Amino acid sequence: MATPENKLAFDGGWAYDPAPESTDHVSIKKRYGHFINGEFVAPENGKYFDTINPATEEKLSRVAQGSDADVDKAVKAARDAYRTTWGRMKPAERGKYIYRIARIMQERAREFSVIESLDGGKPIRESRDVDIPLAAAHFFYYAGWADKLEYAFPGRTAKPLGVAGQVIPWNFPLLMASWKIAPAIACGNTVVLKPAETTPLTALKLAEVIADAGLPPGVVNIVTGAGAAGAAVVQHPNVDKVAFTGSTNVGRIIQKALAGTNKKYTLELGGKAANIIFADAAIDQAVEGIVNGIFFNQGHVCCAGSRLLVQESVADEVIAKLKDRMETLIVGDPLDKNTDIGAINSPMQLDKIQSYLKIGKAEGADMHQSSCRVPKKGYWCRPTIFTGVSQSNRVVQEEIFGPVLAIQTFRREDEALVKANNTPYGLSGGVWTDKGSKIFKMTQDVRAGVVWANTFNKFDPTSPFGGYKESGVGREGGLHGLDAYVKLGA
Amino acid sequence: MAKQDERIAVAKTYKIYIDGKFPRTESGRYFTLQDDKGNVIANMCRGSRKDFRNAVVAARNAQPGWAKASAYLRGQILYRIGEMLEGRREQFVAELKLQGSTARAAEKEIDQSIDRLIYFAGWADKYQQVFSAVNPVASSHFNFSVLEPTGVVAVLAPDDSSLLGLISNIAPAIAGGNSCVALASETRPLCAISFAEVLHASDVPGGVVNILTGLRSELTSQFASHMDVNAIIYCDGGRSTAKTVQELAADNIKRVIDRNRVDWNKDADNPYLIRDTQEVKTTWHPIGT
Repeated sequence: MATPENKLAFDGGWAYDPAPESTDHVSIKKRYGHFINGEFVAPENGKYFDTINPATEEKLSRVAQGSDADVDKAVKAARDAYRTTWGRMKPAERGKYIYRIARIMQERAREFSVIESLDGGKPIRESRDVDIPLAAAHFFYYAGWADKLEYAFPGRTAKPLGVAGQVIPWNFPLLMASWKIAPAIACGNTVVLKPAETTPLTALKLAEVIADAGLPPGVVNIVTGAGAAGAAVVQHPNVDKVAFTGSTNVGRIIQKALAGTNKKYTLELGGKAANIIFADAAIDQAVEGIVNGIFFNQGHVCCAGSRLLVQESVADEVIAKLKDRMETLIVGDPLDKNTDIGAINSPMQLDKIQSYLKIGKAEGADMHQSSCRVPKKGYWCRPTIFTGVSQSNRVVQEEIFGPVLAIQTFRREDEALVKANNTPYGLSGGVWTDKGSKIFKMTQDVRAGVVWANTFNKFDPTSPFGGYKESGVGREGGLHGLDAYVKLGA
Repeated sequence: MAKQDERIAVAKTYKIYIDGKFPRTESGRYFTLQDDKGNVIANMCRGSRKDFRNAVVAARNAQPGWAKASAYLRGQILYRIGEMLEGRREQFVAELKLQGSTARAAEKEIDQSIDRLIYFAGWADKYQQVFSAVNPVASSHFNFSVLEPTGVVAVLAPDDSSLLGLISNIAPAIAGGNSCVALASETRPLCAISFAEVLHASDVPGGVVNILTGLRSELTSQFASHMDVNAIIYCDGGRSTAKTVQELAADNIKRVIDRNRVDWNKDADNPYLIRDTQEVKTTWHPIGT
């Protein structure tokens, strides 16, 4: 229990000076077209839209508003490239192109990090240390698979599918683009990618890298725009495979839209992960895990630990320590290296989070927020916890996608499991205990695709990711992630 | 007219198989099966939506225990099903013939059905080793991916391959720790129910396999739309069935497995049929002191 004697006095020390990452080495063009058939082209309808910095509400650039005509052009380019170059290339040579992409991304990592934080609002510490290195690592990992697929599927032969249509979200823009493009092209497919409306810039920068790497035109095509452009990618009759990451509601619509077609699909959808803390856990480490689980990337994480299940005997201690720790979190300028929580990605998302804060209070839960100051301009949400919630509360059942944690308690491990598994989702989960046998029991019985024990929110290109139940279909990453991009024959 | 001293054969009542029991359909409805001369073979249960829902409840309740059974035990039980089927070979040959098979085709189908059970019995404790992975992550963590059963699997069994096709769908699903609810062939349902009796005599826990008979047109949408079913396998019906099944399956993001073009004679001896109804779970743990 935190007492006046052992409470960490974070506020009594020195204040942090600003430590902003410089932006002078970054070039963002005033306007971007689509990247189709190896070059940037103007949209067919001539329309562009602004992409803004959510921390300042200032315009960063204008990007093309994709339409059916643009998507059609991109699919045609991808189909031609599949038929004439990429699909016929020796797999080892394909791999070497993909290695080049990885290397150039590493060289330009700092530039990518800054643009990711500018366009999406995430702290530079995260884009620098997580998003960008992992994105490059995905290309490096899958490059090596290109000429080794016969070892991934014993007893079968793996053939490419053709054109992959990929629609990605705004929470990890470059990382999502990489973990979709890399396995697709390693397996011999070509790609049409639609980045999220609010975060198109790093995908367009990736297009520059792909051009610099000398990939044949049309292997990777990037069409920017809103939901309509994404729908056009999904529904295009010449697309052989659809990969989508986003909400369960949109995933459901896509699965229905694909009914009766022979398109293969993978869906990475929503989550409402339980982070389960036992009394015998290393409590201070667990508190760090809770913070990382829900406040990483402003909580804009499908696998976020957005539910805390804490064993009753340590609940008061854990919650007290969590509140102390929340007071230390710095919310503000994403480009400042000291920032822990950046800007909410868009005004739409901020509205959604705020509506859930109202819902939580209206349902009778107790809300606590850290007392930190937030900037006047831009979109911000203080770290927030709800206590006194019950299993049926909407803040327990529904994905909020913000820095909002719902806290419940349990007495026995079977009670923890019932509560953990009692949502339609099954993407991820967390278990904290010092007892090995309990870790194995809990990690086996949590119905989720990724389970972190005594850690949380870790990712790696070799590690498969994806959900059970309504959190999606299929896996991305690792050996298992290859399956989504091949057809298997005898 | 039978002669006075001739023994009258005892005809079998075909019922459905739910939760390890053989009830009649709760609906009280039936459909009649006739041979090619128009003689009545049997009145089959015309299973209802409620029968299906009851079967899903049984399957859901039975599944965790079945998944927790050791792979060795699941393998032995699948092997036991094969043993029991071998012992009742003649009954199945007779039923297959009654349903229109030639003697030779019937012999071949029962042979292959038994062999397929033995094949998947052998996979029960091996597929995990083939499809799992230890992943060399860059950070200091131990990270591994294993397969876990997806849960309750609904099977719209093939109409033409009424025994071999049914077994080729059920065996890989249960070898992997799933439970299932199968809708038997509509035109050739006899041996599906006799197969349920074999299951019943083979130490398969009640509810792990449930088999209904009924009309495809009536039950397909129920199978595809049920919110507590994790995966659906469909084996025929072409494009329009595919579209219906896939659309309804999306309500709870079911895994949809299209086995329309599978040749049950030769395409089904592989562990990828098990993998179709498995989830990949990845677990992380720090390495340290």
